[in-house]
Amino acid sequence: MEQLVGMKGVRKSFLRTVANDGIDFSVGRSEVVSLLGENGAGKTTLMRILYGMYTLDDGEIRIGGKTVDIGSPKDSIALGIGMVHQHFTLVRTLTVLENVILGLPSPKGFRLDYASARTRIKEISAKYGLEIDTEAYIWQLSVGERQRVEILKALYRDVNVLILDEPTAVLTPQEAQGLFKTLRILRDEGKGVVFISHKLQEVMEISDRIVVLRNGKVSGQQMKSETTKEELARLMVGRDIVELPAELTGTPKEALLSVSSLGAENNQGIQALKGVSFSLHAGEILGVAGVAGNGQTELEQVLCGVRSATSGSVRYHGQELANASPKEIIDAGIGRIPEDRMEAGLVLDLPLMENLVIEFFDKAPFSRGILLNYRAIERAAEELMREYSIKAAGVHEATRTLSGGNLQKVILARVLSRNPEVIIASQPTRGLDVGAAEYIHNKLLEQRERGAGILLLSEDLNEVIALSDRIIALYEGRIMGIVPRSKFDLEEIGLMMAGSTTEDGNAPSEV
Amino acid sequence: MHLPKYKLEKRLPPPLWFQILTPVIAVVISLLISSIFLLAIKQDPLQAYLYMFRGAVGSKFAFLEMLVKATPLILTGVAVALAFTAKFWNIGAEGQLYAGAFAATWVGIMNLPLPAPLYILVVVLAGFAGGAIWALVPGYLKARYKVDDVVTTLLMNYIMIYIVGGILSGPWRNPKTMYPASVEIAQNADFPKLIAHSRVHFGLVLAVLAVIALYFIVRRTRLGFEIRATGTNAGAARFLGINTLKTIIYVAMISGGIAGIAGAGEVAGVQYHLIQSISPGYGYDGIVIAMLGRLNPAGVLLSAIYFAMIITGAQVMSRSLNVPPYIASVIQGVTLLVMLAMLLSFEYRIRRER
Amino acid sequence: MSDFLTVTFWVGFLAATIRLATPLILATLGETFAERSGVLNLGIEGTMMFGALAAFLTTYFTHSLWLGVLAAVVSGMVFGLLMAFLAVTLGLSQHVSGLGITILATGLAYYLYRAVIGSPTVPPHVDSFNTLPIPLLSKIPVVGPIFFDHFALTYIAFLLVPVAGYVIYRTTYGLSLRSVGENPEVADSVGISVHKIRYSALVIAGALMGLAGSFFTLAEFNLFLFDIVGGRGWVSIALVIFANWIPVRVLWGALLFGGVDAIGLRLQGTSIGIPFQIYLILPYLLTIIMLILIARNASYPSAMLKPYRRE
Repeated sequence: MEQLVGMKGVRKSFLRTVANDGIDFSVGRSEVVSLLGENGAGKTTLMRILYGMYTLDDGEIRIGGKTVDIGSPKDSIALGIGMVHQHFTLVRTLTVLENVILGLPSPKGFRLDYASARTRIKEISAKYGLEIDTEAYIWQLSVGERQRVEILKALYRDVNVLILDEPTAVLTPQEAQGLFKTLRILRDEGKGVVFISHKLQEVMEISDRIVVLRNGKVSGQQMKSETTKEELARLMVGRDIVELPAELTGTPKEALLSVSSLGAENNQGIQALKGVSFSLHAGEILGVAGVAGNGQTELEQVLCGVRSATSGSVRYHGQELANASPKEIIDAGIGRIPEDRMEAGLVLDLPLMENLVIEFFDKAPFSRGILLNYRAIERAAEELMREYSIKAAGVHEATRTLSGGNLQKVILARVLSRNPEVIIASQPTRGLDVGAAEYIHNKLLEQRERGAGILLLSEDLNEVIALSDRIIALYEGRIMGIVPRSKFDLEEIGLMMAGSTTEDGNAPSEV
Repeated sequence: MHLPKYKLEKRLPPPLWFQILTPVIAVVISLLISSIFLLAIKQDPLQAYLYMFRGAVGSKFAFLEMLVKATPLILTGVAVALAFTAKFWNIGAEGQLYAGAFAATWVGIMNLPLPAPLYILVVVLAGFAGGAIWALVPGYLKARYKVDDVVTTLLMNYIMIYIVGGILSGPWRNPKTMYPASVEIAQNADFPKLIAHSRVHFGLVLAVLAVIALYFIVRRTRLGFEIRATGTNAGAARFLGINTLKTIIYVAMISGGIAGIAGAGEVAGVQYHLIQSISPGYGYDGIVIAMLGRLNPAGVLLSAIYFAMIITGAQVMSRSLNVPPYIASVIQGVTLLVMLAMLLSFEYRIRRER
Repeated sequence: MSDFLTVTFWVGFLAATIRLATPLILATLGETFAERSGVLNLGIEGTMMFGALAAFLTTYFTHSLWLGVLAAVVSGMVFGLLMAFLAVTLGLSQHVSGLGITILATGLAYYLYRAVIGSPTVPPHVDSFNTLPIPLLSKIPVVGPIFFDHFALTYIAFLLVPVAGYVIYRTTYGLSLRSVGENPEVADSVGISVHKIRYSALVIAGALMGLAGSFFTLAEFNLFLFDIVGGRGWVSIALVIFANWIPVRVLWGALLFGGVDAIGLRLQGTSIGIPFQIYLILPYLLTIIMLILIARNASYPSAMLKPYRRE
């Protein structure tokens, strides 16, 4: 098979993380290659290098047999490579037609040539099964239709290789089938298609060849006809890297937080949580495992009071907390460690001591009437700084100056200072070095000892497995299964995260 | 040819000496740039600035007059600084000043049977109330409906100024002189003079109190905390439990109220009645003063005094030299823009792109 | 009261509406370009004021009206460049940059006027524009004087409306402009220079604002008065929102406000007992009400007010 794109020994690092560690990857004519892997495995990075959004630190790219230097998307498009990203690069208030021709010179000079563009788009549209109304505005289109526009954009520019990054993340099953039809036509027309995904079912359906990435390296490569879902899942999560979890002491007690049939939409108006039900017990860590984009973020936001629930309820000590305000949730005694440290967890331009008490500043001893008691705030802050070994010049420092790990410690210190019964911890060690991560883990385990119930939402499966008493696998907003520690099985959890249920076809029931 | 590209890169907050030095440098640069306009009309900038300085603080009389001018400027500066801290872009201090002047005059010409200190208090409260109410409308609209505060506060200025105009040529027109001006307010309502044989009045005390209040509110109260959080990151503030809607409404009212006091001061301390030209743009000056003072009390106080010096100095200078007093506005505008540009250096540094 | 019913009244009123709408059309079209590119230009009032001054002084000394107009346009472009430098290159707060320019431009205008003209007891005049009646059409009874007997600047303003529409919707520049104002990241990703587009939009805006300013001193009046622009720059800011950033709707909005202005003028003379300030207030009040109604549904160019920096 003729090789359209060849990447050899690609290496790319960001600051301290190695995203791609010597990867070989190729795309041939008339084939669909899937890039499979978890979050952080390096799939998107690799393709962004090919598309010109990043430059590689080491390695070589060959296109059509010749070594090339790709400095920007303009270069890659000129070389015939197109990419459809997870977040669409479309202008909402323009029409399909306008979006497709945006940035391209017009055959009529400074005047736009809508007519010829329209004709060409209709041709491409018909050929590849991408029905679309060229005069529709993007904001009127469904997500699936918008994706078709993105593909049209690339095809209009005569690409030979089309990369799609998690394209079905935003599609309904029917739309996904429509997409697959298009991809098959593309393949039959001689194009090369790269399908980035974490969803085993689909990868098995659409691919000719599958390349699995794990921790920045190629962990395996298979032809679709020669492999199984289970084998792929194993390659994805890697049995040998994670040690079997140590036994956690203690038994969980009564249910503190009861979530039932929780539903919520994401920012695009699509249902991100579908009938989520679980209960969080005292003295336990309940881990929510899932790849980004499957509802973890929305779940955190609903429980923290910054996203409304469209259905269902969240009960805590008889209080209904779904659709409560952040203040009500704080006052109810629930501790929240948000995923977004800088835009939700902290107000960076305030001094450290204020961030250490901000959720409780209206309570004694920090407030007396309308006045703030800065001496009390200072004292509390200094104590917290000591207790949590927060590295900063002093409590009056601008919070912005702290390192990532210390910022997280600030949030942790603040949240834990009130001894909350329930803690919602979202991506608590994201972006932190090993030492800082370990510190956070120990603190969470401490709280568990103390009898708190912790909901741990994390995209890092190792972390979830190491800490949790039970694990919920979240996929497309639904709970695929709830597994107790005694029954942890990496392969099974990996399958659930990637959309499959257990062998017998039933999702394991709540334990 | 490959031109080196420069880009702006985020940096950590600069040390204190840098923060103090920057406004000073901005002032110097602005004076330099403004001197171009003096040279353009064949005037010697150094001589002009010397005359301005002398005219502003060169004699006891000049200095005291400067303080009279500084009084409303400090107040509007504080009003705007407070609002801007919450990122409530209050461009309406001028209208709020007029509203306060209007309310103060109203109670002043009622001739209430009150002893002097009490009447003065009532006048001040009326001024505050007038300004607060006038600012409440755009404040509420922004908080609740996200209507752009810049445009609404701006438009409210014109509305209030015309309302005052209408009232002055209508029901409040002085029957004796037939001028569009109100009758004098009750004597007991007059702000007392602080220094004999000068025009320096009680309003200056209120101005200083306002500066202290700015410090106090922003740095020591719960509301101030909410203001600072809302102003720097409203999204995070909301997540962390702060009611940003209420915060903006309170800020609007207090800010408007302080501007209203400036109006009350001009009526009860300087003019003793309400006239159309009660304010030659103090509300707008307040914006420049607040920015130049970097929204903090000491900065606002110093900037207001600097501006008062420029304004009175320019007036005196224009009488001796052939320089229009409007050079003051030019210097103000240039200072604002230069200061803005230099504030960038607090957040970014210039890096050569490799 | 019977005044209202005569044809003369209506002819005069409608003609005045069209006349008074002229600077609003020009300034608002200018601001539309600026905001479409993602920049809120609050320097509009100052730019118009300085344009008025530049036009007046130039005509006063050269006795050429069109040279005055040219001076106004050029001065507007200079302020447009300054705004672009502050808001686009330096990425400063658009609100304060614009206000700073208004303060500076207005102060400069007053300063230069005083410096050059001094304070004579009788302010100097220029020979302002005469109206340009279109042959034949202006002779049609009733319709003629309303539509076809206006200043050249008025005809220009009205013609610029379809021109602006064409540029924005039918040229590659216009497409790039719209994308930059909505989603500069996307525009950047397809190779459009966000900075270049914003600079050009602000220069165009400045030119139109300067042109609008010249109308006051060279057509509506024949001298320069302090506060001659009278806040119409701010009304334009609101008009842009009213027009939903669409040139044709700018026309309707400007006519609406021109009409309110004209009513005010007409009724100032009559003694109906209501202080004439009511009519002065009406446009601003109307604007605020309109802003409230529209705020929820306004399709602000999404990228407005955010400086674009490549991280």
